[in-house]
Amino acid sequence: MKLYDIAHCRTGDKGNTITLSVIPYEASDYELLKERLTVEVVKHHLKGIVEGEVKRYDVQNIQALQFVCSQALATGVTTSLTLDTHGKSLSFALLELELD
Amino acid sequence: MIRIGSGAGFAGDRIEPAEILVEQANLDYLVLECLAERTIALAQKRKKQNAHAGYDLLLEKRMRSLIPKIVGKKVRIITNMGAANPIAGANKILEIAKELNISMKVAAVTGDDVLTKVSPDDTAWETGGPLSTHGQIVSANAYIGVDALLDALQSDAQIIIAGRIADPSLFLAPMIHEFKWSLDNDDLLAKGTVIGHLLECAGQLTGGYFADPGKKDIKDMAHLGFPFADILADGSATFSKVANTGGKITLRTAKEQLLYEVINPNEYITPDIIADFTSVTFEELSDGRIKVDGAVGLPKPHKLKVSIGYEAGFIGEGEISYAGPNASERARLAGDIIQERIGHFYAEFRVDLIGVNACHRKSFRDIEPYEVRLRVAGKAKSSTEAAIIGEEVEALYTNGPAGGGGARKVVNEVIGVVSTFIDRDCVQFHTELKEYVANETL
Repeated sequence: MKLYDIAHCRTGDKGNTITLSVIPYEASDYELLKERLTVEVVKHHLKGIVEGEVKRYDVQNIQALQFVCSQALATGVTTSLTLDTHGKSLSFALLELELD
Repeated sequence: MIRIGSGAGFAGDRIEPAEILVEQANLDYLVLECLAERTIALAQKRKKQNAHAGYDLLLEKRMRSLIPKIVGKKVRIITNMGAANPIAGANKILEIAKELNISMKVAAVTGDDVLTKVSPDDTAWETGGPLSTHGQIVSANAYIGVDALLDALQSDAQIIIAGRIADPSLFLAPMIHEFKWSLDNDDLLAKGTVIGHLLECAGQLTGGYFADPGKKDIKDMAHLGFPFADILADGSATFSKVANTGGKITLRTAKEQLLYEVINPNEYITPDIIADFTSVTFEELSDGRIKVDGAVGLPKPHKLKVSIGYEAGFIGEGEISYAGPNASERARLAGDIIQERIGHFYAEFRVDLIGVNACHRKSFRDIEPYEVRLRVAGKAKSSTEAAIIGEEVEALYTNGPAGGGGARKVVNEVIGVVSTFIDRDCVQFHTELKEYVANETL
């Protein structure tokens, strides 16, 4: 099972940092996500994309997780040489994660 | 109750959703949020070349369509389309009003430009080192808050144009003005900031940047309606959009937008407040609207964030496509050829295969694509050096692998952005009122 099967995600950017929200389609999957989607798992999955620290915030009130990843845009929105300078497409990189 | 609509979420946003809001939503305020970190630095460069320029490039187009539609209506427009030059932006608006022979009062708000108050020795927040290590500084704009807009709101100007106002503050200011909220009431300011944050990206609340066919279906995105909020004096609000426009506001779109670009949900920092988003509540009403309540706040920060634009050279890019049998190997060979010929000239240089590994800088799957597009990019000090990249990629037509097609090349000047902080006391606001009175004999 991929993360994509049970959750949706949106990327935001601030300088060289990206935010990745993870929101389960079913509230009943929130506990599973909290258990499986650890900082270590996400950091490992995004190896080669995120060079810096990964932080996780549990946003219990809306049953969501927020991952904040530093050094994630190869120098940042304005100066990066990459095709997707904002990292807008990276939500779907996270959703590729295998949960099993 | 007041009703605030969101008519643009970025500089290049669609024009007609704002027209529909003005014509059909019976708004009290329409906010047009059109600035990003980089856009204001680019605007500063235009101003340097021409003292009458430096406002948003689409200002004329948006205002030409909206001015005739707001005449005789109560709706007031608040926008940051002044960018680097709100006074020139206000003058342009009055020029359009004159052309259309429509009476119009405009308030221009300045004070965010702090270029003369920033030193190259100041510390860059991102690196901890001095700003001067990044390059020649071209702009310094402080993120200013609601206090900069309140004088303009007290006036009878129907259009208020400013520069680097923080995005949520554009929405919070009319709430403070209308409900007479105290600037010390942290919880109300936090609630209003959440409302502003949800609205500031316009279509991103109504299904834009959200839809995924089969998983998150959104209807009629070709005619996406932009959101408006009905706000009560207690800081709660319901979000909606005009009937028969495309898109949808749901708990899912609202959750995604609440967390968008939030680097700490416990402490969302603006010039006005430090808002805690972890107490926000959403409720889906039976008519499809979403009710939002519950944020709490801490007092505003002592210092203001300053966005510094600096000269960062030029980026040259070249692309060429390969399709059919062995496409990715031919694209790879093409990339190797370019790397060998010019890769060593550039301090920063990258080769991507679009269709394989360009967007995510890696691939999570091992699939042979039918077609692959080589993309080469590099950074250079001059545009001439940057242009060589596209020229070399184009030359692959006759010197590279078989079947290369659709070559494109481009050079862009790069403005880098870093941040620093400035004491509030160093930033003074000014509101200038301007007016055109229609000639009734025409």
